[in-house]
Amino acid sequence: MPSGYLPIFIFLVIAIAFPVVTIIIAKLIRPSSPFQSKLEAYECGIKAASDSRGRYTVRFYIIAILFVIFDVETIFLFPWAVRYRALGWFGVAEVGVFLLILIVGYIWAWKKGALEWV
Amino acid sequence: MNFFLLSVLKAAVVAFVLLTTLAYLQWVERKVIAHIQVRMGPYRVGPHGLLQPLADVIKLITKEELIPPHVNKFMYLLAPFLAVTMALVSISVIPFGTEIHVFGTPTWMQLTDLNVGLLFILAVSSMGVYGIALGGWASNNKYSLLGGLRSSAQMISYELPLSIAIASPLLLVNTLSLREIVQAQTGSIIHWNILRWPAPQIVSFLVFLIAGFAETNRVPFDLPEAENELVAGFHTEYSSMKFAAFFMAEYANMVTVSCMTAILFLGGWQPLFSPAWGSNFVPTLIFTAGGLIAIYHGLNPARKLDRITLPVTGVVFLLVGALFLVPAAQNALIPLFWFAAKVGAVLFLYIWVRGTLPRFRYDQLMRFAWKVLFPVALANLLVTGLVVALW
Repeated sequence: MPSGYLPIFIFLVIAIAFPVVTIIIAKLIRPSSPFQSKLEAYECGIKAASDSRGRYTVRFYIIAILFVIFDVETIFLFPWAVRYRALGWFGVAEVGVFLLILIVGYIWAWKKGALEWV
Repeated sequence: MNFFLLSVLKAAVVAFVLLTTLAYLQWVERKVIAHIQVRMGPYRVGPHGLLQPLADVIKLITKEELIPPHVNKFMYLLAPFLAVTMALVSISVIPFGTEIHVFGTPTWMQLTDLNVGLLFILAVSSMGVYGIALGGWASNNKYSLLGGLRSSAQMISYELPLSIAIASPLLLVNTLSLREIVQAQTGSIIHWNILRWPAPQIVSFLVFLIAGFAETNRVPFDLPEAENELVAGFHTEYSSMKFAAFFMAEYANMVTVSCMTAILFLGGWQPLFSPAWGSNFVPTLIFTAGGLIAIYHGLNPARKLDRITLPVTGVVFLLVGALFLVPAAQNALIPLFWFAAKVGAVLFLYIWVRGTLPRFRYDQLMRFAWKVLFPVALANLLVTGLVVALW
């Protein structure tokens, strides 16, 4: 039913308009007197030695990869859960196999140390 | 009444109530935290600081706004919009109550009921991660970058146990429409998903709650804005209304997660026990008790002012209590009362936890998500599946 999405769009308009309107109102009435030291990157008063476009730990990347793999798994679980009673034992067996493969992968990732943070 | 007009009306009401709730949620939080720490909290602006949210809005609007020259301007401006818009939109599929009549037209106390409502909320709230990650990166500040990275890694890690914890009650109700999920839990507390026969979802409720705390970046998982190491995390470089937008997004997410908890596990607008046992009189009793206490304290006042204000408050409470007895209003108000009570209880838990628990260390946080919550949620799903299939 596409008409079910109409109220969402109406609400979306409100949700977009609200921050826009408040920011415009704020722009009209707030003071503005920027100067050099006010505009520097905030590092507790010490002059910034470099900007932040440097390197950071690869751990975040590994977490993101793991997330993509396992999140796709959970998306597959939703339609299965909705049709669970209709599928009967076929559904149980199917998801059993599906989850088994993923659990093996999960244990492998654990043993490889992908889940260790430090 | 025209469907379009009705939708506009409902959207306006929901938006107004939601924004007021967000403003006052912050007041409630400050008050509760203050009382946990044996302080008074906001007290100066209005009686008991009740006008404090208004004062905060005025302060934030009139603050100078700095856009530092070193930021990536487009992303920097986009991030708070994205965060707050996505946080607000996710409320649009939440059902607040049963069917009512507005000017003769039957309508549900819900903006719209999608048959994929649950997926809609998950999708929209995942979009909120972009706001935080973009804001942290675009600020071009080391604290912001670290905060944004931490936050996005944390939110995606906790999204896994969260969605698996959602899948388990779905095995019992077999639908993704939030309204039908609530309708499937009709009856007293033993029919709610948290205690439902044959597979009570207590474990999945706890996993959902914990992951919900992490998803909304609340204590004890508020690493992204750990003020003693990261100043303010991803919004270090934001000021004025843009800062307020991030702040509002956090509170809106909190409200959404609390609504989801109430709908998925606590039976949504369903009463605690059956109306046959008199559950329709519970709101009247509670408001009457509150009103009588206020009047009693008004008759034995501690301060001169209390002699007027407390009895007035008491009478207002009694009138609200009487309103719940009017048959025409009962149909709309009683489900709303139960829904608000459940959401309020979960929100209070959020604040209570903030006043009680210290913060996790980052490696502990990630280990907890991947090595404890994820296997527990998965095991719970398998057990639930087996029990439901065997039954």
